[in-house]
Amino acid sequence: MSALRSGRQLVAAVRALLVATVVLGLAYPLVMTGVAQVIAPARADGSLVSVDGSVVGSSLIGQTFTDEDGAPLPEYFQSRPSASDYDGAASGGSNLGPNSEELVAAVGERRADVAAFNGVPESEVPADAVTASGSGLDPDISPEYAAVQVRRVAEACGVPVDDVQALVDEHTDRRDLGFIGAPHVRVLELNLALDERFGDEG
Amino acid sequence: MTTALDRRPVSAAPTEPRPSASIEWGPAMAGAVRKLDPRGLVRQPVVFVVWVGSVFSTVLAITDPSVFGWLIAGWLWLTVLSANAAEAVAEGRGKAQADTLRKARQTTVAYLLDGSEVPAADLRPGMRVVVVAGQVIPGDGEVVEGIASVDESAITGESAPVIRESGGDRSAVTGGTTVLSDRIVVEITSKPGETFVDRMIALVEGASRQRTPNEIALNILLSSLTIVFLVVVITLQPLAIYSGAEQSLTTLIALVVCLIPTTIGALLSAIGIAGMDRLVQRNVLAMSGRAVEAAGDVNTLLLDKTGTITLGNRQASEFVAVGDYSDDEVADAAQLASLADETPEGRSIVVLAKERYGLRGRDDLPGAEFVPFTAQTRMSGVDLPDGRQLRKGAAGAVLAWVRSLGGSVPPEVGDVVDGISAAGGTPLLLASASADGARVLGVIHLKDVVKAGMAERFAELRRMGIRTVMITGDNERTARAIAAEAGIDDVLAEATPEDKLALIQREQSGGRLVAMTGDGTNDAPALAQADVGVAMNTGTTAAKEAGNMVDLDSDPTKLIEIVEIGKQLLITRGSLTTFSIANDLAKYFAILPAMFAGVFPGLDALNVMRLSSPESAILSAVVFNALIIVALVPLALRGVKYRPASASAMLRRNLAVYGVGGVVLPFVGIKLIDLLVSLIPGIA
Amino acid sequence: MSAAAAGWLQAGLLVLALALVHRPLGDWMARAFTTDPAEGPKSRFWPQGHWRVERLVYRAVGVDADAEQRWPTYLRSVLAFSLVSVLFLYGLQRLQSLLPLDNGMAGVEPGSAWNTAVSFVTNTNWQGYSGESTMGHLVQMAGLAVQNFVSAAVGIAVAVALVRGFARSGTDRLGNFWVDVTRAITRVLLPLATVAAVVLVLGGVVQNLSSGTEATTLAGATQFLPGGPVASQEAIKELGTNGGGFYNANSAHPFEGPSAWVSLFQVFLLLVIPFSLPRTFGRMVGDRRQGLAIVGVMAGLATASLALTNWAQARAGGAALQLAGAATEGQEVRFGGPLSALFGTATTLTSTGAVNSMHDSYTPTGGLLVMANMMLGEVAPGGVGSGLYGMLVLAVVAVFVAGLMVGRTPEYLGKKLGRREMTLASLYVLVTPVLVLTGTAVAVTTDTGLGSLLNSGSHGLSEVLYAFTSASNNNGSAFAGLSANTPFYNTALGLAMAFGRFLPMVLVVALAGRLAAQGRAPVTAGTLPTHQPLFVGLLGAVVLVVVGLTYFPALALGPLAEALA
Repeated sequence: MSALRSGRQLVAAVRALLVATVVLGLAYPLVMTGVAQVIAPARADGSLVSVDGSVVGSSLIGQTFTDEDGAPLPEYFQSRPSASDYDGAASGGSNLGPNSEELVAAVGERRADVAAFNGVPESEVPADAVTASGSGLDPDISPEYAAVQVRRVAEACGVPVDDVQALVDEHTDRRDLGFIGAPHVRVLELNLALDERFGDEG
Repeated sequence: MTTALDRRPVSAAPTEPRPSASIEWGPAMAGAVRKLDPRGLVRQPVVFVVWVGSVFSTVLAITDPSVFGWLIAGWLWLTVLSANAAEAVAEGRGKAQADTLRKARQTTVAYLLDGSEVPAADLRPGMRVVVVAGQVIPGDGEVVEGIASVDESAITGESAPVIRESGGDRSAVTGGTTVLSDRIVVEITSKPGETFVDRMIALVEGASRQRTPNEIALNILLSSLTIVFLVVVITLQPLAIYSGAEQSLTTLIALVVCLIPTTIGALLSAIGIAGMDRLVQRNVLAMSGRAVEAAGDVNTLLLDKTGTITLGNRQASEFVAVGDYSDDEVADAAQLASLADETPEGRSIVVLAKERYGLRGRDDLPGAEFVPFTAQTRMSGVDLPDGRQLRKGAAGAVLAWVRSLGGSVPPEVGDVVDGISAAGGTPLLLASASADGARVLGVIHLKDVVKAGMAERFAELRRMGIRTVMITGDNERTARAIAAEAGIDDVLAEATPEDKLALIQREQSGGRLVAMTGDGTNDAPALAQADVGVAMNTGTTAAKEAGNMVDLDSDPTKLIEIVEIGKQLLITRGSLTTFSIANDLAKYFAILPAMFAGVFPGLDALNVMRLSSPESAILSAVVFNALIIVALVPLALRGVKYRPASASAMLRRNLAVYGVGGVVLPFVGIKLIDLLVSLIPGIA
Repeated sequence: MSAAAAGWLQAGLLVLALALVHRPLGDWMARAFTTDPAEGPKSRFWPQGHWRVERLVYRAVGVDADAEQRWPTYLRSVLAFSLVSVLFLYGLQRLQSLLPLDNGMAGVEPGSAWNTAVSFVTNTNWQGYSGESTMGHLVQMAGLAVQNFVSAAVGIAVAVALVRGFARSGTDRLGNFWVDVTRAITRVLLPLATVAAVVLVLGGVVQNLSSGTEATTLAGATQFLPGGPVASQEAIKELGTNGGGFYNANSAHPFEGPSAWVSLFQVFLLLVIPFSLPRTFGRMVGDRRQGLAIVGVMAGLATASLALTNWAQARAGGAALQLAGAATEGQEVRFGGPLSALFGTATTLTSTGAVNSMHDSYTPTGGLLVMANMMLGEVAPGGVGSGLYGMLVLAVVAVFVAGLMVGRTPEYLGKKLGRREMTLASLYVLVTPVLVLTGTAVAVTTDTGLGSLLNSGSHGLSEVLYAFTSASNNNGSAFAGLSANTPFYNTALGLAMAFGRFLPMVLVVALAGRLAAQGRAPVTAGTLPTHQPLFVGLLGAVVLVVVGLTYFPALALGPLAEALA
């Protein structure tokens, strides 16, 4: 009797799951995809950025600005360190603990590198410049990190610091609504703007 | 019904609890040692875990001796002994009462109707025995023949003899009581070993103590907490090994014992026994602990008017003259008519005349002939030497008497009588007859007098959320008037036993718990239906069998005290549970840094008590844990102080005392013990 | 504006939004789940009949929607549905490569497939795998996202059953599981998810069926930009307090959390149903103050936790973070510290487990706090449904002790708490700590358990403790340094998730049955009031002491040792 009743519940369960799969697993996401493609196709497709018709990245996804050997290109603002090296197929953070020796070493090394690369004292290197993001794809840097890099970029591009600073300001977002999140500089768009403005000179 | 109520003895003052003996630790410790048998301890899971811990730590102390190991083992045993002693002390208190009762059971011989002797132990229900003056009644039974005065002091502690007679509501006799006069034939109603006295002995000794529903539920919660903390400590060792801070088994045992709710676990049993004992001290025997708990839950109290709310008898409160007579004349006549009237009503008329009208008592009235009350005349009075006849009595009877003598009745009499009735009083008509004819002089207003202090108690009950219902044979109007004066919530007027039963069922169907008292056989169904049915000891066997408590003092007012004792029992359990759980915080702060600060020096920040060494910290927590049990035994036995108040007020108070106190006290206590313990060599 | 001030304004906006929404949503859910004409306020809106689309569902499922179930049947339905779900999801993953829309992904390994199936069915969404490299779109949509809906609906159904236990008296019927699950989806989850998905798309969350795009970066490298139906899945991931990310980085991934306001909106989504259900409870038991008291306890604990986490995260703790100057490791620049702490607090208090920053790299105290949040038993406000029933069971325990203290057999909402009720409640309290602590103990005593640790010492212990805490409490977030995709962790955590979900559910449904069968005791001045601040404080204390204290020793060796180092 009990087994029979359980059996009946199992049959109902199978049928219910099939209904749910069709409605929630196929109809819902497909309809939402359709809606998204109508109301905001660019955003729904990943806010891709194209230059001369070819996709150079997404304004939402950070990327590296280094040469083939991994050395940072001085004419570009550099992104934050990344645990996944900005591999879009392997997002994630370092997950190193706050006392991890590995992380202590990495932070120390990065501080020295960033300071040397930009010609600033180590004490001026901000935290986001020496720590990896959670996604490994952080498209932004803090205004402080941008400020550290301005002089170096200007020199590399051979343009006045003020012009670069103006571009940085242009690509700096305040907090949403003035209090949500944190101020940040959109690195890819900033570097694209640099290319566009000073590309020929550099 | 009303007549049955009216016969009930009235106790003027609330029962004083019998003085409770101070705690006798000596015999208690002996009992505590006997209780170390693990088979008995299994019933108390918390204590049992401590017992197992004690055994283990002792073995460890033997195999790997150290001052610390032996001290921990010793104090763990003391913890178990404290728990056992608490129970033993509580049980010991019932022993004295039981011994008195046992003496009452000494009767060995019974005499059958044919004069033959049989051992009392061989009596079976249905057998009839003869008991004459000076003999002890051999078993519980009903008087089927004769009337006798019986000394029941062996059971009730009350020395005044009571009348027992065949038929009616006073036919029950209890084995072990002594017949003082006359001869009665008793039909035995109980089997040997199951008499009332036997049951009482078992109850007061706690031998037949069944755990009550709440106690079981609490025990389940405590067991669950015990299991959680066992798991916490068992799984802690692997974590500690991973961290390079492996702990000795002794330390882990100490941690378990400190974390599991030992305080309440140790005292739970004692609290239950002591709760029953508090009832016994007030001369109430609960047939089950369940009934005591139910008493705390009662929502509705059914109280008989007479004897509980009002004094047993009505009292004269005013004289109302009719026609041309003055009040003074009426008072004078009323006094004369009542001089020989020994009923409480009659006495109250004399008292009123003296106090209000300054009429001195006239001790002898030469030539006067007193006319007593009879059921036929329904009047009493006096025939004076001058030929005047004075009569007082129920309105109808007196009016008939006056008319029969050709007297006239002033029309206002009816109004006065109705007015008094409407106010809840009883009008007594006063009339005189002489050669001039018969006439009505006036009306005596007899009034139910609400006992002093009752209004306040009912107000208290209302604050506690308990509804009071007055049961009375009076008519609705009278009943309402008295209820209003006493502050009773509701009345059941002109109540029949069926009405009572129906009322109880109605209340219960709304989820309410009902308590009532009763003594008559016709109360039995209602007593059985009520959640708390208190039978008067003077009542019938049927009533006593139906109820789940017996009040040896036969004082219906005691119902209120019974409710309070029930509440106090639950409050004591809840408060000590809270206290016990709250204690864990301080113990963590004592033991955890002691265990792990060696490996993680930062954890020494948790050592907020700045205890002197890891060993002394752990030992101090264990010692505190044992001592707090001993320290709380008196509280467990006495019960947490109970003041009638609303639930919120009570919770606020008990949380402040036992919750906040439970968090703070161990910090202080453990620190103090640490100061002492750290003096022991090998610990500091 | 300082970061701290901005942080409090964010929290304030969130509280405001929740305060505004919880009433209409709570009332709406109360209407949706009032199926018995004898219950609820008498108006033309109560109770609600079946919608036409729902009737279609009932016909397809083959149940009589008007036949109510006894508690054992209700429970059998819960378990049968969940069992079938696990089997289906397991099969779907294993066979992924043979099915369309696999995006070239191979069939999932058996251990991982079992773990993931249990994980999503139990509303845990612990992820031992990396989404973008393991799951094709079909599994994401038809497998994982479906469970995001139905596991949340099952949680709501069980909570509703318990609420009915309190609301009803003298009946052996708890309602119909299939109706409750269907209505939870058609009337609550699906409409809200649809709206939320649109908002997310507008905020920049991707929603496409592309396998991804190859980009050539400015520096000339190639970068893979993944695609997928993310917004539709993320909406229900937050709403249903599931938390399983489409991508490995979860809501920290720019395609899942493109901007700060979107992240704050997600926090709102994951809190909104748990914080509205107490209102539903209050309405269904006919005393809104009771719901207010429950929400008061939840909000109080949540606020305290948030304040502490904000404080802890604002000061860089730990050698590495001190060297860096701030707790930015594992954190996105666009979110900043306060929003990360807010998300971390909300996700661990709700059994969601989605993250917008990596908890493993929090400051020691911050990591301690997010772990402690879960250890409270996911009741402040807890998961969808599970938070409410968890808190109600703890309320039963609190009422029991407090009720004794006022001198009566304890009763909650007129239901007496006797032996059976306390047995069920006590076992409930027992389940999770036993799972967490035994799991952790076993893991740290075996080589295979220890082999997965990324960090050593106290922090390594914290990773294991966090994993079992998260799994047993059905949270799903991780100290992700632990390599959990191993046979040992896939099995052990899978068991922890299954027992941590279904043992409590069995106890809760049984308790609901006991309560519904009882009559109702009248409320008098002698009844313990359960709607006053005093009781709110007491219940909060019970959550902290009875549940929280259990973990004190384990915490002392893990995050506490690290924090106090």
